Amino acid sequence: MGKKMLVIGESREGVLRNVTFEAIAAAKQISSDGEVVGILCGEGDLTEQGNEMVYYGADRVITVSDEKLKTYTSEGYGQAVKAVIEDESPEGIVMGHTAVGKDLTPKLASKLETGLISDVTEVSSEGGNIIFTRPIYSGKAFEKKIITEGLIFATIRPNNIASLERDESRSGEVTTKDVDIADLRPIIKDIIRKGSECVDLSESKVIVAGGRGVKSAEGFEPLEELADVLGGAIGASRGACDAGYCDYSLQIGQTGKVVTPDLYIAAGISGAIQHLAGMSNSKVIVAINKDPEANIFNVADYGIVGDLFEVVPKLKEEMLKVKV
Amino acid sequence: MNIFVIMKRTFDTEEKIAVNDEQIEEEGAEFIINPYDEYAVEEAINLREEHGGEVTVVTVGEEESEKQLRNALAMGADKAVLINTEDDLEDGDQFTTVKILEAFFEEKEVGIILAGNVAIDEASGQVGPRLAERLDIPYVTTITSINVDGKTVQIERDVEGDVEKVETYLPLLVTCQQGLNEPRYPSLPGIMKAKKKPLEELELDDLDLEEDDVEAKTKTVDIFLPPEKEAGKVLEGEVDDQVTELVALLRNEAKVL
Repeated sequence: MGKKMLVIGESREGVLRNVTFEAIAAAKQISSDGEVVGILCGEGDLTEQGNEMVYYGADRVITVSDEKLKTYTSEGYGQAVKAVIEDESPEGIVMGHTAVGKDLTPKLASKLETGLISDVTEVSSEGGNIIFTRPIYSGKAFEKKIITEGLIFATIRPNNIASLERDESRSGEVTTKDVDIADLRPIIKDIIRKGSECVDLSESKVIVAGGRGVKSAEGFEPLEELADVLGGAIGASRGACDAGYCDYSLQIGQTGKVVTPDLYIAAGISGAIQHLAGMSNSKVIVAINKDPEANIFNVADYGIVGDLFEVVPKLKEEMLKVKV
Repeated sequence: MNIFVIMKRTFDTEEKIAVNDEQIEEEGAEFIINPYDEYAVEEAINLREEHGGEVTVVTVGEEESEKQLRNALAMGADKAVLINTEDDLEDGDQFTTVKILEAFFEEKEVGIILAGNVAIDEASGQVGPRLAERLDIPYVTTITSINVDGKTVQIERDVEGDVEKVETYLPLLVTCQQGLNEPRYPSLPGIMKAKKKPLEELELDDLDLEEDDVEAKTKTVDIFLPPEKEAGKVLEGEVDDQVTELVALLRNEAKVL
């Protein structure tokens, strides 16, 4: 029997995030031929984004539009999603494990008194159970979890579960639902975009990260240029953050962000165990370090022993040649 | 103001992880206050210094958590509560923990509850928001700055690198992000004083809970280590050649370009 699944979509500045499409793919896998219903919250006409979810595999999409949903708040989105859950009574819910997903889903799970398996990197089924694999101890180990009672509720880590190919021939209804959103207690006064030019770390396919070896804030410039060429994001080790070379929001590691890009280039990072915890599950790791004994070479697929200020600019030039 | 911190004992970040019989091997490992919870303890002490009141640190866990609670008392917290589930529960999940905390907070007058935004072991990040929902108080996650003025609270939070400025009201629950503060080390007098500070131990019975009330909704069926990575290739030759070879390998062998 197919299960009816709900996928909570997420957009940033009017554009749906990739993880939404990955969540649709995960939901389809869990539902096994059941219906996958998308939900989108926001302000104004959300039909176009709704259609986009359909092109990626949702059977139909419900949009909730209200000026109080213009920016995400747990209370605003919580009320909207809860209203849709009550209408649809899904057997499962999937959302991205993003800042919004992490903030919203525990509230919903708590309200509905259900379990929630967060930060899932793989979905499979075994003997009638849906098995969710997720990293624990910052990726130093993994666990397989099941929901033993009630709603099948999970958030998925960006960049781990492949989305379906976009297909405009897929069709599905996009409907609107009016929800009366009560007053919100936390009010967003302002959002200061720091990284609007850059790609978000958790969703980035390529990350160029710097450590103490970068030596200064200016030292990050060649790394930024390389990241630009590759369409990637900038990351950092705790050492670089503690030294004030860059903002803590860029920190990758056991404290900080855990990332799994296709390509991780570590420049001037020695590879403390806490840093490795945040990136060692990346698909391909390149290490550039002066010290041939640096720990980072133990997890790297490819290593260059050398001065990053010499290697990184050359790497950028070489990448430019092949990227034409 | 009644200030509460919910905290957890976790593996030291330095620890290597081993799996034995589908369980994480705890033998010989060092344990610490979860680093994000340490920011919460520090901020709670700062809030008390500014606004008065009392800081109570609360852990749902086992007997061994007493050590981390004493550390929090040594940092400057006033009281500790250990809700010891060792004898009552074999398995639990975030639903379980929150059900217990909900019962604990039922009779309490809460000014603010601080928690870490995530624990570095199981990393669900659920307990804070789940608890706020049960207590019907607002919550703000991943905060990097907080300013309390009467009932009004101004907060800055980290949202994937962006800074969101939020205004909200007490009572409130917040979860702490790196950058909020620099947790203090316990001083020697602090450690001496901590030994005399009250540490209350409760069990499910004391909270009028039965095992069935807190039965987990999820279950771990397997724990395993990631496949070991084979040693990588360290390139040789002149820098120019190394770079050319690297790009070729990334294109042709790793196929990531």
